[in-house]
Amino acid sequence: MVVPRHWREREHRYRLVATKCKICGRIYFPPRSVCPNCGRKSIGNMEKLQLSGNGTVYTYTIVHSGMNAFKLQKPYILAIIELEEGPRVTGQIVDAEPNEVYIGMPVRMVFRRIRQEGASGIIHYGYKFAPR
Amino acid sequence: MRRVAVIGVGETKYGEHWEKSIRELAVEAGLRALEDAGISSEDLDAIVGGNMSAGSYTGQDHIGALIADFSGIADRHIPAIRVEAACGSGGAAIHVGFNLVASGMYDIVLVGGVEKQTDVGVDMSKEILAGASDREWEAFFGATFPALVAMMAKRYMYEYGDIREQMAMIPVMMHENAMNNPDAHFHRRITVDDVLNSPPIAEPFHLLDVAPVSDGAAAIILAPLDYARKNYDTVVELAGSAVATDYIGMHDRPSLITLAANVHASRKAFRMAGMEVRDLDLLELHDAFSFLPIVTLEDLGLAERGKGASLVEEGILSMDGDLPLSPSGGLKAKGHPVGATGVGQAVEAVWQLRGQAGKRQVPDAEKALIQSIGGTGATIAINLFRREK
Ligand SMILES: [Zn+2]
Repeated sequence: MVVPRHWREREHRYRLVATKCKICGRIYFPPRSVCPNCGRKSIGNMEKLQLSGNGTVYTYTIVHSGMNAFKLQKPYILAIIELEEGPRVTGQIVDAEPNEVYIGMPVRMVFRRIRQEGASGIIHYGYKFAPR
Repeated sequence: MRRVAVIGVGETKYGEHWEKSIRELAVEAGLRALEDAGISSEDLDAIVGGNMSAGSYTGQDHIGALIADFSGIADRHIPAIRVEAACGSGGAAIHVGFNLVASGMYDIVLVGGVEKQTDVGVDMSKEILAGASDREWEAFFGATFPALVAMMAKRYMYEYGDIREQMAMIPVMMHENAMNNPDAHFHRRITVDDVLNSPPIAEPFHLLDVAPVSDGAAAIILAPLDYARKNYDTVVELAGSAVATDYIGMHDRPSLITLAANVHASRKAFRMAGMEVRDLDLLELHDAFSFLPIVTLEDLGLAERGKGASLVEEGILSMDGDLPLSPSGGLKAKGHPVGATGVGQAVEAVWQLRGQAGKRQVPDAEKALIQSIGGTGATIAINLFRREK
């Protein structure tokens, strides 16, 4: 994939920048340009919002058979995190053993290397979550 | 709106067809459906093809025209259009075909489904299938397709308790049913222990909780119900057809213990058909992962929330139970050539309702439901079939 595809998402992936609907106040991550609650009225009324990165594990799994880009990380912990501002986000849990993870576990966002496109391809960075 | 019937069905064997290309598979299934209907390809007014990822799997897109061409009817210049809704492509294609006939736009419409998955390696296949989820916000971060559904199952068990063993009973049933289906990918019995002791994929799923990668194609031919009544002794109506969507990323769904698209699509399809869930004689559900039929039974209203697994335990869903689940062997054992799967379920439903299902025949079956799930439930197609007495 070419660089712009990833470059354009950098502030969301690097810093967990969400979007907030100015009309109803709902917060969305991943970012949206239309608020599902307000529809057309929300267009042009979605503003950026920096999330704290703190949340709890909503659900998780231990991945034993992954895609090529994640081969060296197996087994790894994948989770849906419920962030304290409300939105849920999918990401890996690091700095914890598979048997230490539980639903409800408090976590915080950490900035990590996510994947690499082949031996000499782009290296992608972004959020993962660690116990807090 | 005109009422719609299925006048012909056909499918290839599912499995690893190293000797056959995607076009050969599609044409083989189409010709069988035409033969079954007793018509020829020149009689077709339109073709709808369900396919998820021919472009990624084989480098070949433009599947509609390709199939029309290699069916030998290029110079008839009829419309032939591909429908894509990930793993739900087959069910969605049936819905589109249904609407083409119901609207009065076309009379005889072939709905095909095809997937050729073994032209790439297993790793590549995982990468392609991850496109059924949210590529940028799920797959990018390491979410494989099994991992996503595993997280659904994990949350379900957190809320309702452990159903690990009941889930394992579903692949066991599917392999048992497939023993009587010559078209099935696998003809091999397995046990609950086999499932629980197979290599872990994404907890709680093990290898045998997950449907295989298969090649295959299926086709059905739709026509106005009046036409079917005039020309055929046994008439099977496509009585209700609905597709519903949901948030593509699981993290955006308010609840993970239901598939909202299941609820919406089934409600609509039952209303359209004037049928009720308790009228059904058999189900063909999308058991890509052993957990999915359990949540679906609850979404359809066949079990209370949190009680889907007990239906499995009670034996209601086995071949000699009140409501057999996937006599074909389901996705797990009949196979899961993604774009073909939903259409293949329709083939099975029609054979069952006509009484042509051989050793796996559900006695005197009259009404059937088939379910096709795209991604982790962002698209669900429900199609209902009814035999006229
Ligand atoms: Zn809003």
